[in-house]
Amino acid sequence: MMAQGPNVDMNLYRKRRLANLLVLFGSILTTLFGLFWLCWLLFTLFSHGFQYLALSVFTQPTPPPGESGGLANAIVGSIIITGAGILVGAPVGVLAGTFLSEFAMDSRLASAVRFINDVLLSAPSIILGVFIYEIVVVPMGHFSGWAGALALALIALPIILRTTEDMLKLVPHTMREAACALGAPRWKVTVAIVYRAARAGIFTGILLAVARITGETAPLLFTALNNQFWSSSLNEPVANLPVVIFQFAMSPYEDWQHLAWAGALLITLSVLVLNILVRTFLSGSSRR
Amino acid sequence: MNSRSNKANKGHLLDSIFSSASRLCAIAVLIIIGAIMASLVAGAWPALEKFGLSFLASTEWNPVTEEFGALVAIYGTLVTTIIAMIIGVPVSFGIAIFITELCPAWLKRPIGTAIELLAAIPSIIYGMWGLFVFAPFFGDHIEPWLSDTLGQIPYAGVLFDGPPLGIGVLTAGIILGIMVIPFMAAVFRDLFEVVPPVLKESAYGIGSTTWEVLKNIVLPYTKAGVIGGIMLGMGRALGETMAVTFVIGNADRLELSLLMPGNTISSSLANQFTEAVGEIYTSSLIALGLILFLITFLVLSAAKLLLVRLTAMEGTR
Repeated sequence: MMAQGPNVDMNLYRKRRLANLLVLFGSILTTLFGLFWLCWLLFTLFSHGFQYLALSVFTQPTPPPGESGGLANAIVGSIIITGAGILVGAPVGVLAGTFLSEFAMDSRLASAVRFINDVLLSAPSIILGVFIYEIVVVPMGHFSGWAGALALALIALPIILRTTEDMLKLVPHTMREAACALGAPRWKVTVAIVYRAARAGIFTGILLAVARITGETAPLLFTALNNQFWSSSLNEPVANLPVVIFQFAMSPYEDWQHLAWAGALLITLSVLVLNILVRTFLSGSSRR
Repeated sequence: MNSRSNKANKGHLLDSIFSSASRLCAIAVLIIIGAIMASLVAGAWPALEKFGLSFLASTEWNPVTEEFGALVAIYGTLVTTIIAMIIGVPVSFGIAIFITELCPAWLKRPIGTAIELLAAIPSIIYGMWGLFVFAPFFGDHIEPWLSDTLGQIPYAGVLFDGPPLGIGVLTAGIILGIMVIPFMAAVFRDLFEVVPPVLKESAYGIGSTTWEVLKNIVLPYTKAGVIGGIMLGMGRALGETMAVTFVIGNADRLELSLLMPGNTISSSLANQFTEAVGEIYTSSLIALGLILFLITFLVLSAAKLLLVRLTAMEGTR
């Protein structure tokens, strides 16, 4: 009996250590698995897209099949639609975030808004496209840049709302109290003290939203549609990079596909740059 | 005296303007979700009226005869999501374990950032890569092997029986799986870090291994949150559009084999919505959208409710 004891223990010990090693080894493998896809995606983008990223991509509008051209009208259109979407979404998001953090705190309305906002945050973007189609495109009778911008605003809004609330909550209460004690009205406390203290954070939220909507394709398919030419106003269909990439990539023409790869690389690079910007902002503000 | 009270009045007025403006913006969020629901129901009404409940059960999708049913798209949506979860959940779990338990401190940030960048890449890029790079590779090298091995299993083999086309339900599911990894990994990671160190340390103190601490302390403590995180990933996978649209093949027929092309709700919408002619066709597509919205709303609400406990636990830390 005495001789067997340690032996059994050693077996159990080995088994436990083996199970542990297997799990830890597995976790390393899964991490490599995740990183593997990122590398494969980025490698594909560079190897397919980089060679077609000529100057003409930025200076010439989208060509008919078989002719040379660029993506200039789509790039400009994308910037305009994204900008308009942010211009609509950001004020609403920031104000609503302010309401949650400064005025409502733990009221029932606030928790309802928080709940719905989180659902909206992950809601399928194509549904938002259908929604805007129903309430904007159908009554107006045609696709338009405005409809696209509104659809993007709906995606940007919950992101901006959430970050704004989180960032305002980081502002110490003593700062608000100090301002109130000096006799400043609530709005002034919020605008002059709280906003100023949380400036970098609010800006980060907006950047995050820009990064998110830059590559959004699904909601633009039936709102902004696309345009072969330069668009003169947001009141008509506007060329935009994601939808052009979609159409060109799915087309049988090789030069269109090449342009699609160039566009894909362009969009990914800008999204990655935005994300890195956001991260530097965030680490800068948390260090303070 | 007078001017001072004027100023106070003005301050008061601006105060109420500011607070009601911000309240209005917050309420706008509730109005938006209500309006989405109302407009989807209104748009889907003609189709729902015509087909009734059989819309959910019919596999017919015929624009010529104007007969529509949602079953193929619902089936495709659910199957791709299940495949995505089978891949995504264990991988996200492993990544969260690696980052919280194993990773040296200096590597935490770069690896965490790299995994998060997977979420930043637009879905259309996944789609292009899937169509031009992954699907051909998958069809040439993996799918023949799958149908030679798994396809030979009686009964279950039907799932892997079919021509190696590259594009299809399985390919779409795998790409979805990759896309939801960063979302779930982030939730799992946050959850694991919420567990009070005292609990973990006591377990380590009586000689537990890392795996035993995870299995017996961390998982039971974060159970609700883990399910919430999985639901969150599911919500994402259910509604993902562009990546799926590129690689699923867009076939409106019900196929048992995962190697065959299929359709999901979102890919049907993306492909057919602008081309749909006639009220019933458009309305049927919107009805699909309504179904998707209801499913994701339920899944995401459940996720949110389960994850609320996470923030509550953080407070007591």
